[in-house]
This record gives sequence, C-alpha cells and structure tokens, in this order.
Amino acid sequence: MVEHPEQAADYHPPHIVPVPIYVAVFVALIIFTALTTGIAYIDLGKWNTVVALVIAVCKMVLVVLFFMHVKYSKGLTRIVILGAFFWLGIMITLTCSDELTRHWEIVPQGWSAGMHIARQLF
Amino acid sequence: MAATHPAHPPGFAHQFETVEQQRDAGHLGMWIFLATEILFFGGMFTAYTVYRSLHLQEFIRGSHELLVKFGATNTAVLICSSLTMALAIRSAQTGKSRGTVISWLLLTWVLGAAFLAIKLRYEWYRDWVEGLIPGVSWMGGGGHTPGVKMFMCFYFFMTGLHALHMVAGLGILTVLVVMTARKRFSPNYYAPLEISGLYWHFVDIVWIFLFPLLYLIGGRYPGS
Amino acid sequence: MSTEAPAEPAVNYLNASYGIKSWLLTLDHKRIGLLYLATITLMFVVGGLAATLMRLHLVEPQGALFEPETYNKMFSSHGIIMVFFFLIPSIPATLGNFCIPLMIGARDVAFPRLNLMSWYLFVTGCAFVLYDTISGGVDTGWTFYPPYSSLYAQSHVVAAALGIFIAGFSSILTGLNFIVTIHKMRAPGMTWFRLPLFIWALYATSLIFVLGTPVIAVTVFLLGLERLLHVGIFDPAVGGDPLLFQHMFWFYSHPAVYIMILPGMGVISELITAFSRKKIFGYSFVAFSSLSIAVISFIVWGHHMFVTGQALYAGLVFSVLSFLVAIPSAVKVFNWTATLYRGSISYEAPMLYALGFIGLFTIGGLTGLFLASLATDVHLNGTYFIVAHFHYIMVGGAVMAYLGGIHFWWPKICGRLYPDMWARISAAIIFIGFNLTFFPQFMLGYLGMPRRYAVYAPEFQVLNVLSSAGASILGIGYVIPLVYLIWSMRYGPIAGPNPWKAKGLEWTIPSPPPTENFEEIPIVTEDAYNYPAIEPHAYPDSQGVASV
Repeated sequence: MVEHPEQAADYHPPHIVPVPIYVAVFVALIIFTALTTGIAYIDLGKWNTVVALVIAVCKMVLVVLFFMHVKYSKGLTRIVILGAFFWLGIMITLTCSDELTRHWEIVPQGWSAGMHIARQLF
Repeated sequence: MAATHPAHPPGFAHQFETVEQQRDAGHLGMWIFLATEILFFGGMFTAYTVYRSLHLQEFIRGSHELLVKFGATNTAVLICSSLTMALAIRSAQTGKSRGTVISWLLLTWVLGAAFLAIKLRYEWYRDWVEGLIPGVSWMGGGGHTPGVKMFMCFYFFMTGLHALHMVAGLGILTVLVVMTARKRFSPNYYAPLEISGLYWHFVDIVWIFLFPLLYLIGGRYPGS
Repeated sequence: MSTEAPAEPAVNYLNASYGIKSWLLTLDHKRIGLLYLATITLMFVVGGLAATLMRLHLVEPQGALFEPETYNKMFSSHGIIMVFFFLIPSIPATLGNFCIPLMIGARDVAFPRLNLMSWYLFVTGCAFVLYDTISGGVDTGWTFYPPYSSLYAQSHVVAAALGIFIAGFSSILTGLNFIVTIHKMRAPGMTWFRLPLFIWALYATSLIFVLGTPVIAVTVFLLGLERLLHVGIFDPAVGGDPLLFQHMFWFYSHPAVYIMILPGMGVISELITAFSRKKIFGYSFVAFSSLSIAVISFIVWGHHMFVTGQALYAGLVFSVLSFLVAIPSAVKVFNWTATLYRGSISYEAPMLYALGFIGLFTIGGLTGLFLASLATDVHLNGTYFIVAHFHYIMVGGAVMAYLGGIHFWWPKICGRLYPDMWARISAAIIFIGFNLTFFPQFMLGYLGMPRRYAVYAPEFQVLNVLSSAGASILGIGYVIPLVYLIWSMRYGPIAGPNPWKAKGLEWTIPSPPPTENFEEIPIVTEDAYNYPAIEPHAYPDSQGVASV
C-alpha cells in the first residue's frame, strides 16, 4: 500500500474472524449432521424430506456466512449468490411446470393444484 | 502509474491500479465461478428432482442401497476440512509462521484425501462388487427396477462429479502448500489462499446437499 | 483522405513484438481478440461451405447432390459450427475482447491469463468439432435431441458433444472475465450510466454466458455418459424422459440466442449514435432493456417444445412469458429510430449495416411472435418458417451487427482504412442476398415445407431456387469484405486515432492502440455519446473538414 498513498486511506483490511466463531460454526455443523442422520430413522412421513432439506439449507447458510466470510463481505457478493440460486430456481420451477403437470386431465383449481404438485414432490 | 512500474507488492498484476482493486476482482471472479458451479450442479439437481418425482418409491428403494454410516462419516470429514481450511487462511491473515499455515493446509489435504479414500474403498468398491453400478457392473434382478437403476445412475453421476471437484481441490491445496513454502504469502497478500478456500467450502456445500438427497431422503425408518 | 496524413504510432500492440510465439502466448486482450477473429472466421468459412452445399442440393426437389444421410450431416454441421463456434463467440470474443478495456478506460481485462486460456479452450473445442465433421459428422441436428443422439445415433455424437462442452468453458471464462472487468476495471469517473451501451449489452451477454452455459455443459455431459454407458437416462423404456433433455438443452440454448443478438444490439447503439451524431434516445431504457432481455430469455425456453408432448399448462405459461421478450426488444428498436430522428445521418458502411440490422431484426422479431402463439406454432413448427425466422435474427441481426462492428472498429484494430466504396457495395449485396435467401423460406414454411428434409414436393421448387440464388449472392457478399479487409491491413491508408469523429474512450488513443492502451488512465467527466447538439456532418466538401 505504500506505493499508492492516495488509495491507502480507502483501504479496508479484510475482516479477521475470531477462532471461537469458527469453532462454534464447526460444532453447529457437526450437530446438524448428527441431527439430520438421526431424524431419518424416525417416521415423519412426508416431512422427512422437508426436514432433511431445511437442515441442509441451514448448514449451507452457516458455511457461506462464516467460513466463506459473506457476513463480512460486500453486497455484490450476496447478489451473485442470490442470483445463482434464483436462476437455479427458475430452471427447477419451469421444468417441473411441465414434468409435473403433463398428465393432468382436468384442471385442478386453486389450493388443490398446489397440493397436487406438493404430493408429487414429496 | 503502472506505466512507470514502481516497486509493486508481490503478486500485483500490471492491469490493476491498486492492490484492493486486484483483491476485489479476484474475489468477484471466484464468486462468479462458484455461481456457474451452482448452475452446473444445479442441472444435475434438476434432473434428479424430475426423476425422483417420476419414480418416488424406486428412488427411496435405491437410496436404501447406500450405507448411511459412511455418508455421515464423510460429511463430518468434509466439515472438519472446511474448518482447517478456514484456519489456514486465518493464520496467513494474522501473519502466523509459514509452518502453521502449511500444517493447516496439509491437514485439510489429508482430510480431503480421507473423504475420497472412504468413498472409494467402502462405497464405490462395494457397489462394484455387488453389481450396483449401472453401465459398468449392473447385476439387475432382485427388484432392481428401472427407477432404482436411474437412482444409482444419479448417485454415481453426482458423487462422481463431486469427487472430481475434490480431486481438483487437492491439486489446488498442493499448489498452495508449495506457494506458502516459497514465501509467496504475507498478511498483505494471501488472495490465492482465500480464493481457493471459497472453492473448497463450495465443494463442501455440494456434499452437504448430496448427503441428505442421496442417503437420507424418504427416511431410513423401518417400513420407509 | 485528409491532407495531413495522421501518423501511425511508432510502437503499438501489433508491432510491439513479433513472431508466432508472441501471439500464441500473448496476454494482451487486443491480440486475443484477433486470435478469436481468425479462429471464428475459419469456422464461419466451414459452416458457410456446408450451407452453400445444402442450398445447392435443394435446387432440385429430389435433391441434386447428396444422399439424405449426407444432407442430414450437412445441416447438423452447419448448425453446430455456426451456433456454437461462430455466432456465440462472434461479437463478444472478438469485438468484446478488443473493445471492453478500451471503452471503459482499462489497461486490460481483469484476468488476462484466463482470457488466453479461454481462447485455447475454444480452439480445442473447434478441433473436436472439425475432427467430427471430417470423420463423418453427426446427423442429429444442432439440437442433439435424444433418441437421435442416444439410442439411434449412428454418428460421432461424443466428439461433437465434447467439442461443445469444452467450448462452453471458454464461454464461461470469457463471461466471467467481462463481468469482473466491467465491475472493477472502469476508469475513474466512468460510472455505470456513462458506460457505452455496447458495454451494457456485453454485460448482459456475460450474465447469460455465466448462468446458462454450465447447464448445457452438464446436459451434454449427461448425453456423453449416456452414449458411453447406455444406461438410458433419456430413454422412456427404462424410466427416462427425453423431454428432460430438451428442457435442459433449451434452458441454455434459448438464452444463447440472446448471446448472439444482445452484443449485436450493443454494436448497433454505437453505430447509430456515431453516424447520426446524436446522443442515444433514452439511454437508461436501452441499457436496462439489455438486462431485462437477458433475464427474460431464461424463462421462455418452453416455446421450443410446444408440439413435443410438453404439458399444455406449461405451454400456456411459456407462451405468455415468450411474449414478454418483445417488450425490451421493441424498446430498443423504437429508441434507435428515435435517435435517428433529426440526426445528422451519414451513410458510411458501418451505418448501412446498422440500418440493415434494424429492418431485418424487426422482421425476425415480429415473426417470433407468430411462433410464440401456441396455436400458430402448431402449424409453423418444424417448417421453413422457423428456419427463416431464426436466420433473420441470427444472420440478418447478429451477423449484420458483427460486420457493422468490424467495419466500425477496423481502423482502430489495424490502424488502416478499408475502401469505403467496396464496403458499401458489399453491405448492399449482403442485404439483397440475405433477403432473397430467406424471405422465400417464410413463404415455404407457411405453405408447409418441413425443415431438415433432403427432398421436397415439386411445387416448392420455384421458391427454393430463389432461395438458393440468394444464397450465392449472399456468399459473394461475404467474400468481398474478407478480401478488402485483409488487403487494407497492409495497403489501406492510415486511419488516425478517430476516423469517424466518434465519441468514446477508444477513439481518444492512437490506432492501433499501444499495448497498455492508455498512457495515463483517463478521467471520465461526460456521458456517453456526448455529441455536440447541432453540427453539420463533416463531409469533405462542407466547411472543408476532412472525413473518410
């Protein structure tokens, strides 16, 4: 930074995450892993799938926020991540809009249409 | 100005004006790369979702062919390796000795390799022996209907792609160890470490989703 | 030419170093742009030859030249090469690589090594596809639909798929590089809303590169595995779904159409403003229409599948969504015409291409609306109407814009002027040849002639002969620029920094630019296209101001 004194004032050193936070996140991830494995052996019916996915998302959020430093980084990074998931959502949703309605013969209406799709997914 | 080339800090490239600009560019570039990876794996996940909805019961039966204990162990192994990776970067940030950084990196490498070893020895090898690999050693029969075969296809495509990413990650870690040993990094410049760390954590996240989707989904309770 | 011939800079990016190695290992974005230019020109020639042979074959109803299998391979090669190896990289990888750092005031792209690597990936992809073409080709069409490409494939699907897979990574890296460059490398004062619209268009294109290309990569990957392992991923007999391939294929390949046209639109915004000496009408509308086209392009792909057995409900949704694309596209056309209004218009060769683009793109776009309507599409799908529609967009749109852009920036690229007279003549020949080739195909399609057939009913012969005649005129139109542009590299008059008196940072530096582009990074203080309000255009005979 010595070479560019005019920029030195703007320079923000990257955030250094304290070790206890890393360890806490690690412990939480291990607990979540044990939890999701354990729950699979309990009969929750269709909710097994939902719970497994919710726990996976929680684990991902922890890794992204702390291990990948997104909690301390710029808005642009968050836009990139959300954008990617949004596009993935587009792909899955619109593909399923065909695949899951292909055999519909009568038009299900309102709430029943939603339940119809939900039943096929889980 | 870059035209006169003053003494630049190590790792500074000519097309940039400031160190921070270079650091930001590297970060953004890696995140965009990870976005493409999300869509790359996302294509697989989309296909998986569709076929799962078409063959729900058979996918659950296929999933019961997998061994949860190894899947869960491997999840834990990868989470450990993410922690050690984060600590490797942190020790470079805070100017710890090269030995410390290298130890954390090597530990990460070993954990990554352990993941692959468990996968190969206790899962894929067993699948090969038992004839569960479609197109390679598929015994069929035993109620292995087309839907089950389809599940096993996706199991191998997805874990295979993930394993390829792990192998690439091990290669990157090796390069990082060499770079650290050659005193390339300092608390002012450790961007390659940070950026590779993002990649490593991403590969971890993919597994975080693969584990429940392949091993657990649909339940493991009796009668599931 | 001007009386005082402007001098060429003594050291520039072209003569800074010599030898094959200095080109093959270059990290200079301008040289990499030229490497792409040479590569895609080669691919264009190969793809064009295939098209020429096809049109020749279709002069007679029973087919004049080939067996039907050979004809199938001909149109597949033409499609694969033109789409993946010419149109998609055309403007972004050549003009984009060359212009982005110059236009935003940077010394290079953010990741020069990655840039070179993406060229090598592209060349590797080209090599696979050329090998594939020579060794027998594929007969699946450029879309690789299973089961043509899986169960019943009798041709080299894997080599072609691998070529596309590898070239896909080249696209991804280029897009990534552009996005980071545009975000992080802009000169001081170059705010987002001072960026030239070409940059906005390339930004939108790069978004598609980055978000769409991985999906075609994984789709082609699945197809390759299917070919190698025969596990039946897309085979309904064992629980697969061939339409899933189409969904994943079009998730990328529909946006890919906008990869081709969006940069073209960006070029047109530059040309229209430069040759009507006016600020663009509605800058932010044009800028945001690029982004919205990029986004909307991802939610319309199902209109390629209306007659495939896709669910009716999905068809309804996709049909409605498809109409949305018309809005930002129309915004652009209206804003260009509004920019022309009361402009001080001159008709140099690049402007002729730009005007041709507006007309042809409008026809291509409007016929797209026919195809977005479910009921009409049932009649027109799989006919020459489709072929004509997308050629109006891809050739009448993208290729016209590409040639316009090449003619516009050529003096900057090599520091020399081409003969304007020949350039205008060839622009006119291309316009006439193009319409003669493809307008009859609209009629053929409407009358029911199916595409991808080696033979056709005798009553279609007159229109087919017209189309083939047009194709030969079009072919001549493409050869002429190739000749005079190469000629001008050596013998053309020196261009000087700004032969068009255009605005933009790239015109403030010498032609050809020095390797580091800017001696000192410029500070931008004005909006794009800040042309003086009223000024009679600089013709040689008006006020004695020299022009080209």
